[in-house]
Amino acid sequence: MQMEITPTVSQLTLSDRWVHFQARVGINRVMHRVQPGLYTLGNPVPNSPVFVTANYQLSFNALRSSLASVDAWILVLDTHGINVWCAAGKGTFGTDELVKRIEMTGLKDIVRTRVLILPQLGATGVAAHEVKKRTGFKVEYGPVRAEDLGDYLQNRNCTPKMRKVRSSLRDRLVLIPVDIVNYFLPTLLAAIILYFLGSWFSVLAAITSVLAAVVLFPILLPWLPFRDFSVKGYLLGLLVMLPLVYYSFSGSEGALWSRILHVLPLLLGYPVVTAFIALNFTGSSTFTSRTGVKKEIYAYIPAMGWMFGISVVVTLGLFIWKVLGA
Amino acid sequence: MFNSYLETTLRYDTELCINCDMCSLVCPHAVFTRGEKVAVLANPRACMECGACMVNCPVMAIYVDAGVGCASAMIQAALRGKKMEECSCGGDDCCG
Repeated sequence: MQMEITPTVSQLTLSDRWVHFQARVGINRVMHRVQPGLYTLGNPVPNSPVFVTANYQLSFNALRSSLASVDAWILVLDTHGINVWCAAGKGTFGTDELVKRIEMTGLKDIVRTRVLILPQLGATGVAAHEVKKRTGFKVEYGPVRAEDLGDYLQNRNCTPKMRKVRSSLRDRLVLIPVDIVNYFLPTLLAAIILYFLGSWFSVLAAITSVLAAVVLFPILLPWLPFRDFSVKGYLLGLLVMLPLVYYSFSGSEGALWSRILHVLPLLLGYPVVTAFIALNFTGSSTFTSRTGVKKEIYAYIPAMGWMFGISVVVTLGLFIWKVLGA
Repeated sequence: MFNSYLETTLRYDTELCINCDMCSLVCPHAVFTRGEKVAVLANPRACMECGACMVNCPVMAIYVDAGVGCASAMIQAALRGKKMEECSCGGDDCCG
């Protein structure tokens, strides 16, 4: 049975850009899907190249918009709306799905070429030699980024640079909006609780520690000292708390022990919030291994728990002290 | 100090290697590079355990305990009482 072939274009429309914006701020994520199957770009002939991608709209759009004035076939795999790399890690952008999609679309009878061009990051899920054995198609891994496809197509070769996944400032910046959206509600909730327990000062500290993690951390990542994300995050959290520590310590006139208790959460609890969110950024980075992240979790989560717990107890204690004293 | 990323589960048996170049092609961190007779494990510390080399090695000369180094997925898995390795990554709620 042959499924229908859908035409597409390399030009992105305003509504495509709107979808990209939505995806970047985390709206309607699960809706950003393309119908899996075979597409034509321009006017491909049976010998035109075949490109394979995921059915996440941003992946599909990145591919077709990089193929301006190229006549090609695009085979879209069903990855449940997940991008190529993550889907490959999960196996949905994988050998079985590729073989199945080749059969379902009747690709063999439509094209004469026996080469499929896959994004390099799809290699985590696709065994090229197995695809060859099961379908006769040779898998060729193109560059990591679709934008390099123009250069790649010149001589079907990648420079070492095109083979490397990068993590540039721009790549990290685009991740910030979605995290602001994700952390907004929990931060708001914490701010409300802190307002009643403490003061505007605690609210300021909480918002500062979250913003440091969500906005400053991705920007400063390569320049923060040490390799572990938790340590980088804690140091950054501590740094942004310093003005508040100074203000709190020098501004109050209470006894020394009371002043120390007031700054304790600023040195422990709030920077730990930054550290924890920073640790969670490992999943958004392009270079952390599971072995390393697991080590980080075992090494730092208990300490984070203690530091956070002590800060909660101190904050509550000071609140009760204030209520009783009044 | 404070570096949890010095060791990985990557293992490579040069005896089995047929120098097909696949590992150096698929590695996104240039951990493997082309060699004259066999592939060269040039930068093992850069390995992020994605598993692309292992999956595409036709003679199984490479082993890595492949997985995604994502703390939030691993912590969530641990909280749900699952093993950290069985993360739910790639579901609708993550990895857009």
